Amino acid sequence: MSTENSASGGAAAANGTANNRPPHIEVRDLTMAYGAFVLMRDLNFTVRHGDVFVIMGASGCGKSTLLRHLIGLMEPTRGEILYDGVNFTAAPPQEREATLRRFGVLYQSGALWSSMTLAENIGLPLGEFTDLSPREIREIASLKLALVGLKGFEDYYPSQISGGMQKRAGLARAIALDPDILFFDEPSAGLDPVSSRLLDELILALRDSLGATVVVVSHELPSIFTIANNSVFLDAETHTMIARGDPHELLTHSTEPRVLEFLTRGEPPPNSEKAHG
Amino acid sequence: MSESGNLQPAAPAAGDTAANRHQVEVVRGEGGKVVVRVSGAWHLRHGMPLAASIESALTAGARPPQVAVDATGVTGWDSSLVSFIVGLAEICHTRQIPLNREGLPPGLDRLIELAETVPENKDAGLSDRPRPFVVKVGSSFLAYFDSVGKFVDFVGMVTLALVSFVRGRARYRRSDLVEVIQACGANALGIVSLISYLVGVILAYMGAVQLQQFGAAIYVADLVGIGMVREMGAMMTAIIMAGRTGAAFAAQLGSMKVTQEIDALSTMGISPMEFLVVPRMIALILMMPLLCLYSDFVGILGGATVGVGVLGLSLTAYWHQSMHAVTMTALVGGLVKSVVYGVLIALAGCYQGFECGKSSSAVGEAATSAVVSAIVMIVVACGMFAVLFNILNI
Repeated sequence: MSTENSASGGAAAANGTANNRPPHIEVRDLTMAYGAFVLMRDLNFTVRHGDVFVIMGASGCGKSTLLRHLIGLMEPTRGEILYDGVNFTAAPPQEREATLRRFGVLYQSGALWSSMTLAENIGLPLGEFTDLSPREIREIASLKLALVGLKGFEDYYPSQISGGMQKRAGLARAIALDPDILFFDEPSAGLDPVSSRLLDELILALRDSLGATVVVVSHELPSIFTIANNSVFLDAETHTMIARGDPHELLTHSTEPRVLEFLTRGEPPPNSEKAHG
Repeated sequence: MSESGNLQPAAPAAGDTAANRHQVEVVRGEGGKVVVRVSGAWHLRHGMPLAASIESALTAGARPPQVAVDATGVTGWDSSLVSFIVGLAEICHTRQIPLNREGLPPGLDRLIELAETVPENKDAGLSDRPRPFVVKVGSSFLAYFDSVGKFVDFVGMVTLALVSFVRGRARYRRSDLVEVIQACGANALGIVSLISYLVGVILAYMGAVQLQQFGAAIYVADLVGIGMVREMGAMMTAIIMAGRTGAAFAAQLGSMKVTQEIDALSTMGISPMEFLVVPRMIALILMMPLLCLYSDFVGILGGATVGVGVLGLSLTAYWHQSMHAVTMTALVGGLVKSVVYGVLIALAGCYQGFECGKSSSAVGEAATSAVVSAIVMIVVACGMFAVLFNILNI
């Protein structure tokens, strides 16, 4: 990609991955479209084991759509997505289902199953994909809720707790099966600044303790600079990615005006001489 | 052009009268220069002139070298004046006539600058050109075929999920199945009782009017019995369940789609077809024949009420006549129909729920579509059964 601006791509993976391992996620020549309307084309990027990878860009550029492609909810018009070197896009249904079980997804709205209590929400995947007894499932559900600060809320229904608590409960469900990869769709949306910061800390803590790779859709700059060590920037104007790498390095080294404008909220960057030099 | 810098947007003064309401005057001065003189109180509640209304006055005669705005006489203004000036600016831009806005109040000028900061996105507007009739017909035809294709696809996925259920491999919660069975079984008894009883009464009165003339009032029992068991029991139960349960299925699944709960199932490797559709389908397949049987009985009871209470028949005679008229074949035929209707209701409700849009109003539309499509499918199926049973001599 001729216009793409690549920064070297951040810190080593948090859990110390070996260099000869294939990338955890690899996207090759991905084109996403709604009917005849091509939203994004020629997306190429990799996510290493242990990365906190942010998909960023202006509102409506296709960040959430890219996430939906990564988790198999939408099929690419062209290109492929590989997990640990294995083609997910062309995988047979059973293999695909097995890959899906390695994912944990936190949706923008929390997406908790409203007819189930929080414990049942977390217990459902455990009941379906493990041989744990109901009592053991309950124990694990309590543990996951405790990890996100919701111990004691096991028997509450989603409608009985606040939006921020629903997000945390959604996160508890996302980590129910100790996933390899955690996907977050705008985790800070609708949260107050303090809750947003606490959620960022929680994401980093879970990444470090679970050793998971984290993929986040976000346009919240404080959050991006706090958690991310790798990223891709989607541009709605050219319908493709125009930068990738560590957001901190993009801020200082990128020569793409739209990337700089996004990362500085349109204000001159504090070290603008360096950035443009 | 005089300055009017102290003017601010303000609430209309109490003394606003028709005499000092907004006024526009177009004056052509020396060298063809045009001055648009706005005056009076510009408030939305008094209405507003459109800039287009002075376009002909602006362009009459030779093209003016400049258009200037004089707002000296403006005593108050709000968005109505801003809109007028923006419209005027657009006309001048289109006709490539320079617009001098120096005579505007500073606050108003800032608002106009704000409105002009981001240029119009030409691609954003929806086409308002009327489409030719042939294009409309073609588009509707393609959309219809597209929806038929999607429905067939959905039926295929449901069939695969049911096969998984039969093989004991489907992933669903038994407690969900029990809940749906209760919701579309026991909880529906009240409304099924009322409607079925009244249908029995109506059938009996319809028959009685004719049969009494021939002294054959006892045959009201035959009419009600056969009518309920063969057609009306299954049909009325199906229509009740389409309105009650089909709509509920569409609304439940539609809401789950809006809140991404269905996506959450998919990304966990749990098939929404197995987890959500199969319990609803099984519940209706199990409950519809039972409700139909119950409806048949209550309908006959309704007919008996008329037979005994109005026609003076004995309950024993009515009962014996009903038992003589209703054959096992008719009864089983009605029950088979009810199972098919149950499948159609579940398919319509679940399909509309899965196809629901992402807004709250879409959930209501999905529920309405579920009821309408279920009733249409039930009536079509009823007609097909009538032909089939006739061919089979049942």
